[in-house]
Amino acid sequence: MKIGILALQGAVREHQQMLEKLGAETVLIKKPEHLDGIEGLVVPGGESTTMGKLLREYDLLQPIKAMGEQGLPVFGTCAGMIVMAKRIQGADEPHLGLMDVEVNRNSFGRQVNSFETDLDIPAIGEQPFPAVFIRAPHVTEVGDSVEVLARYEDRVVAARQGRLLALSFHPELTGDDRLHRYFLDMVQERNS
Amino acid sequence: MAKTGTELVKRGMAEMQKGGVIMDVVNAEQAKIAEAAGAVAVMALERVPSDIRAAGGVARMADPTVVEEVMNAVSIPVMAKCRIGHIVEARVLESMGVDYIDESEVLTPADDKFHINKREFTVPFVCGARDLGEALRRIAEGASMIRTKGEPGTGNIIEAVKHQRMMQAQIRKIQNMSEDELVAEAKNLGAPYELVLEIHRTGKLPVVNFAAGGVATPADAALMMELGSDGVFVGSGIFKSENPEKFARAIVQATTHYKDYKLIAELSKGLGTPMKGIELSTLREEERMAARGW
Repeated sequence: MKIGILALQGAVREHQQMLEKLGAETVLIKKPEHLDGIEGLVVPGGESTTMGKLLREYDLLQPIKAMGEQGLPVFGTCAGMIVMAKRIQGADEPHLGLMDVEVNRNSFGRQVNSFETDLDIPAIGEQPFPAVFIRAPHVTEVGDSVEVLARYEDRVVAARQGRLLALSFHPELTGDDRLHRYFLDMVQERNS
Repeated sequence: MAKTGTELVKRGMAEMQKGGVIMDVVNAEQAKIAEAAGAVAVMALERVPSDIRAAGGVARMADPTVVEEVMNAVSIPVMAKCRIGHIVEARVLESMGVDYIDESEVLTPADDKFHINKREFTVPFVCGARDLGEALRRIAEGASMIRTKGEPGTGNIIEAVKHQRMMQAQIRKIQNMSEDELVAEAKNLGAPYELVLEIHRTGKLPVVNFAAGGVATPADAALMMELGSDGVFVGSGIFKSENPEKFARAIVQATTHYKDYKLIAELSKGLGTPMKGIELSTLREEERMAARGW
């Protein structure tokens, strides 16, 4: 399985290590030609404003959007969730605009309010997930076809729509690979 | 139960900045230029390092008005500097909600013996280092991010190169040592044994390591990435250049695509004059900022 990781900046290395440990082949996406042949895409944590800006600057926005619309599985964490959303509170336009959700950026406050907690995510099993929220966004509104996977204090922090998976937190920073496996299963489903 | 200010949350914040450029700014207008150019964070200051050099006297934490103005202007993280050892400046910045504090040699040190015990804080800290021992001492005090000291405000990359090469070489050396040799090496470096052991096992620093101090051109930024930096701080280099918007954009692009030399050639065309810069041999010993801290 060949998985692209958007590598404009952010926690690229951590996703790469986790996916490779799970047996996937990874390719770092910095230019449009790197997208050839990928079967899934990870949009990592980082700064969403910066990523949105660089996606446009490096002519990656349209090709990725088109691939997503044709069913490419996309997995976004933190900034990645914002980059995938159709609506961003307080912003004029979305970035990839793939997922039918509205997000609020930095909705838990500034860095001093960043936190870790154990999160219940029934879709991946009973064991709570160690979730790290860093200047994290949350989903404020979901469309009809979006499934909510987890909430934290009544806020939606994990959601899935078809082959799109978005999280407010950073599974790449912990040793727990269940959400990465969950995503690779989504890629496999599409292939089979 | 939610836990704030943990090691993972503080170090994780720096992980999110990797591959990016952090720019010094002195007002809202510059902060917006930096954000539009693709900076991953801004450092709010009253003066950029080259102006601090020119002004002389004691350099202190910025006026909180400047920091607030910058925080209100952008959505990317905002960092601010406190003096080495100045616990209260750090607490003041933390209370204002800045996202990262730089305990920085660019300002005049407030304590000649001790750096801040950064573990006590919820806000994460970045600190400068010239070699691995210094980096590990700062990490032991709780720094969540390291940067080279370079020689700030000179526009001269040589010191940052020296510091980055030194750290990388010392890491490789530890990696190749036998475990029997690590206690002696910890003593040589003046660094905690546990951290030396961790480097022996992982082959890397436990926190993100950026380049800083002397980056003046897109090629300088790419050079520091080539040498293994996780990202780049640019101080005076952008807003002391002839065309800050263009410089900022070019430095961001050269950092992402640091191995694409044709692109860096394109980016370097017609940029205008970079900051003038200072040849280091013309600096007196007491004018060297990198020598501050220990």
